[in-house]
Amino acid sequence: MPENITLRVARYRPEQEEEPTFDEYAVPLNKDWSVLDGLNYIKDELDGTLSYRWSCRMGICGSCGASVNGQPKLTCATFLHDYAPGPVRIEPLANFPIIRDLVVELTDFMHKLGTVKPWIVREEEQPVEDGEYLQTPAELADYKQYSMCINCMLCYSACPVYGLDPHFIGPAAIALAQRYNLDNRDEGARDRLTVLNQPEGIWGCTFVGECSRACPKDVDPAGAIQRYKVTAAMATVKSLLMPWGER
Amino acid sequence: MSYFARLYKPRMSVFWWMSRPTYLMFVLRELSSVFVAWFIVYLLLFARAVGQGPEQYQRFLDWAASPWLIALNIVAFLFVVYHAITFANLTPQAMVVKLRGRTVPGPLMAASVYVGWLVVSAILAWLVVG
Amino acid sequence: MAGNKKTIEPFLWLGFSGGGVVAALTLPVLLFLLGIAIPLGWIAAPDYAHLAAVLRHPLTRLGVVVIAAMSLIHAAHRLRFTLHDGLKLGKYDAVIATVCYGAALAGAALAAYIMFAVV
Repeated sequence: MPENITLRVARYRPEQEEEPTFDEYAVPLNKDWSVLDGLNYIKDELDGTLSYRWSCRMGICGSCGASVNGQPKLTCATFLHDYAPGPVRIEPLANFPIIRDLVVELTDFMHKLGTVKPWIVREEEQPVEDGEYLQTPAELADYKQYSMCINCMLCYSACPVYGLDPHFIGPAAIALAQRYNLDNRDEGARDRLTVLNQPEGIWGCTFVGECSRACPKDVDPAGAIQRYKVTAAMATVKSLLMPWGER
Repeated sequence: MSYFARLYKPRMSVFWWMSRPTYLMFVLRELSSVFVAWFIVYLLLFARAVGQGPEQYQRFLDWAASPWLIALNIVAFLFVVYHAITFANLTPQAMVVKLRGRTVPGPLMAASVYVGWLVVSAILAWLVVG
Repeated sequence: MAGNKKTIEPFLWLGFSGGGVVAALTLPVLLFLLGIAIPLGWIAAPDYAHLAAVLRHPLTRLGVVVIAAMSLIHAAHRLRFTLHDGLKLGKYDAVIATVCYGAALAGAALAAYIMFAVV
């Protein structure tokens, strides 16, 4: 195994350049190093000005998303030896505005997530004396996959519809809405339907499926969206044919 | 040096669908719809020829045997089959069916679509060929 | 983000989905037989009387119109989104959608005319 591997890292310093450029760094090719370890080596030893996000370094916080050789990846879960002899091209996550170097602007998603009410919505809270809301393992299994989302945004980076139209609500927001819609303790499905049953909601999705291929936690947002299309279409038909059901 | 905040917004190329094999397969799947529409036109022309009488029917078959039309229909056939295969394979991802409280496994769902495809094809073939 | 706009997208999607099922199940074998195997003589051309009898049966007339209409709606929906996304023509969506679905409806009307007035 060669000693080093070259990382071509995108740089964007708005105070000194109009467009992103690339800087190259030679990083030791240790057999268990992730791309994140490589970035940390650069920041510690070679160039302290490099900016990037990371936290848990074990694939659960969702902070370290980046584009590695054109594919959206968690840098802590992507290993340098898989790219040997290199060079490895590291860019910020696609489809997001770039703040600096590898750091992207994520406010759009944070806002969209809020609109789908990703929490248990109840008409009335059960009194505390009545104890917990009960849920069988089968009821948990109905939504558990969608609860695995770590908000890492790799799916938005993979989704061409989001890249073409930033108004599209996006895979993770819909998957998280489904996580609550399918939870037997939740009563907020109608609220979420209003937001999602829009052209820039679920109907913008054309089932490319790239979001599910990019997801590091096997959430399968594409599946969540297609299933929800059926639900939403049925609800729309029902409200048309039986409007007296609306309260 | 003062802090300078200017977001850089990358623009998506109109050739985005060529940048990944999976994107290309997706666009080909979508373009199968053009050949679906073409075959409906062909089917209606065929029906019209039959409706007009035996000579028109024979003339239509002769026209249908022209090399360029055969080539077009072979390409159309490949695309229509691609549509059917992608449709069957994506059904488990799009639909969760529960029988007696247990979820039907994905491969079984896809298999039942293929079986349905075979049954319908057999019935239609019998209707056409007699 | 708009919350309460009424939208026809759910109905268009249902048409697209149903049309996708119909197209997937019926078109491959029909295309193979009518477009390739019979013209090339791999299968003997069906006797004219038999085909005419099959086509003139009321269920066949209706069946062909349904297959045609649903497949055309499916194709129109997919083509609309492909132009929208593939060629970045999103801002012309209203025009593209009208042309695509309009053509599908025209095709369905033509199918009804052929199957009920000509055949």
